[in-house]
Amino acid sequence: MLEIRNLHARIDDHEILKGIDLKVGPGEVHSIMGPNGSGKSTLASVLAGNENYEVTEGEILFNGKDILELAPEERAWEGIFLAFQYPVEIPGVATSYFLKAALNAMRKSKGLPEIEAGEFLEMVRKKAAMVALDEKLMTRAINEGFSGGEKKRNEVFQMAMMEPKLGILDETDSGLDIDALKIVSDGVNQLRGPDRSFIVVTHYQRLLDYIVPDFVHVLVNGRIVKSGGKELALELEKKGYASILAEVGMQESLAS
Amino acid sequence: MAEMLKTDAVQNLWRDRYAARSESHSNDWLADVREAAFARFEAMGFPTTRDEEWKYTNLAPLEGVRFARPVPNVEIPADVLEPFFFDGDAGSRAVFVNGVFRPQLSSLDQLPVGMHVMSLAGAMESHRNLIEPHLTKHADYRESAICALNTALFEDGALVHIDRGVVTDKPLHIVFLSTGGDVPSAIFPRNLVIAEENSKSRIVVTYAGVWSGMYMTDGVTEIVAKENAVVDHYQIERETTDAYHLSTRQVYLMRAGNVSSHSLAFGGRLVRNDINALLDGEGANCMFNGLSVLRESQHVDNHLRVDHAKPHCNSWEFFKGIYDEKSRGVFTGRIIVREDAQKTDAKQSNMNLLLSRDAMIDTKPQLEILADDVKCTHGATVGQLDEDAIFYLRSRGVSEDAARSLLIYAFAGESVGQVRIASLRDKLQELLSSRLAHGESLTFGRPFEYSDDFADAVRSADRRRET
Repeated sequence: MLEIRNLHARIDDHEILKGIDLKVGPGEVHSIMGPNGSGKSTLASVLAGNENYEVTEGEILFNGKDILELAPEERAWEGIFLAFQYPVEIPGVATSYFLKAALNAMRKSKGLPEIEAGEFLEMVRKKAAMVALDEKLMTRAINEGFSGGEKKRNEVFQMAMMEPKLGILDETDSGLDIDALKIVSDGVNQLRGPDRSFIVVTHYQRLLDYIVPDFVHVLVNGRIVKSGGKELALELEKKGYASILAEVGMQESLAS
Repeated sequence: MAEMLKTDAVQNLWRDRYAARSESHSNDWLADVREAAFARFEAMGFPTTRDEEWKYTNLAPLEGVRFARPVPNVEIPADVLEPFFFDGDAGSRAVFVNGVFRPQLSSLDQLPVGMHVMSLAGAMESHRNLIEPHLTKHADYRESAICALNTALFEDGALVHIDRGVVTDKPLHIVFLSTGGDVPSAIFPRNLVIAEENSKSRIVVTYAGVWSGMYMTDGVTEIVAKENAVVDHYQIERETTDAYHLSTRQVYLMRAGNVSSHSLAFGGRLVRNDINALLDGEGANCMFNGLSVLRESQHVDNHLRVDHAKPHCNSWEFFKGIYDEKSRGVFTGRIIVREDAQKTDAKQSNMNLLLSRDAMIDTKPQLEILADDVKCTHGATVGQLDEDAIFYLRSRGVSEDAARSLLIYAFAGESVGQVRIASLRDKLQELLSSRLAHGESLTFGRPFEYSDDFADAVRSADRRRET
């Protein structure tokens, strides 16, 4: 489904990703963990096509197709969805209107006609219920005046609406209390399926109690330094990043 | 010396036109005022950029131009006017072509009872008693050469009179259509709106141009809101890109009077709006809302002066500008709070969106506060489209062009949302769409609501009327 080969990316003069290799199969959930500044969010942004980052080397194959040259919207049409760490507030654009525009753009890319009003409403109702998102928020401007939890639930709700093949959660757990975390995780778990993969970027192991990954990768200083099963997350939680680094001979990297 | 000669030559042009007008209207009861206004114009001349109030707006292209009196009876096919109408103005349209009222092109058979619309030229004698206390009494020709020239030369325009206690939501639409021509021409529309006590009315004025050729519009509108009268006024500029549009709007508010006046500028080569209010009765409310959407090398200068002369008055100024290509905007907002005007609440905001590197905006608030118990706020912003927001929208499958348009719409939406007339709002959205079209059809995401502050003020006027 997704194959990242030797990916290098930079912002301005700073090289952040220094050769990432990662394979995600259909239906798999991969967690990317790592200390602050390790490049986790950069990887998420680069996958979604954020033009602030320049890819200098490597390739990203999505279902066998090189997507590096694709614009963010084209990647969305291919089935990639990024749930933002910091969802952007957009005053003056109603959430429901934006959703409809986005959904219709996706449908257009697949040669489908625009969604009917009734069908759209039904879909909104059903998917909003998945993350207990108040439907009243639909009439408000995108993320404007939403609480932290509402913003994150809105991201997962939108993911449910878009039905992507690959969902990328960028620190969706940050800033959430335990109840909100459960709601968000439940939403994600309902979306799991044999044809839908996830990359879950997180700093803390806590989220992985609820969204149980198939694989865990530790990203440090722009490289994946260790990979394993879900038990790796527990090990990280127990021992901290320092011990893992020591194990792979990288104490210096964390300090720098 | 050369410059002086040129200026003299131009003033001679206007003198000829002034003399011709005076001759053909020998028993004009306004003759003395016109004489004084023309003398004032001659003394001041057209403003130059050396004048602080005209620093960024250069009228030099008008100097030395021989502006003719336009042909009054140009034939106008129906489909030429149609695009300037909006749904809901049928039966209450007054159309002026090249400055002259055209009854055959107008349709005034569905005017609300108690709302009267007349050609000012036709009403000067028949309604002298109504007009005389107000015409030229509010817009001060001594302060402005542009206003002085209009005062000296105006021939026609609309007289709108709303009877006491008449309340209507049906808008009156006044259209001034200019047709350009082979030689430059100038028109001087003059409008007078008199809203009697406890009345409530809506008036839309469109300045439009068709066909090519340079022309100048120098228009003056005086709006008088008597006690507890509500006037909702719109001025839409859709002149051609050969047009110079200079306008003066003077709002005079008596006790608990309530006027909103909206300036929506899409057209014109150069537009200068002098928008003034005198809040001269306790409890008056005035709102000026503006949106300019410019491209190419269009230039719009909104110059506001809100004068709080009495206590317990509120004023709001919301002006937004969207500037693309090499267009340029100027905003000056002066708020004066006189010594007696305690408990004044004045808000001003000017927000600007620059869509190109070559676009430019100069914005300047000016507060003169002589009272000590007042609330005055002002703020100005200049920015570009938010790239993070664009990426966010694109990551959800919205194309880049659509994302940009959506954000521009959203920015404009707040101003368009102040428009109370739904069908006019639709028209403005259509105009915006055509400006921002990138091959995708987009509409506003939601009907925008009024600013609560102002809506509250109107509601309390309603309550006062009912009791």
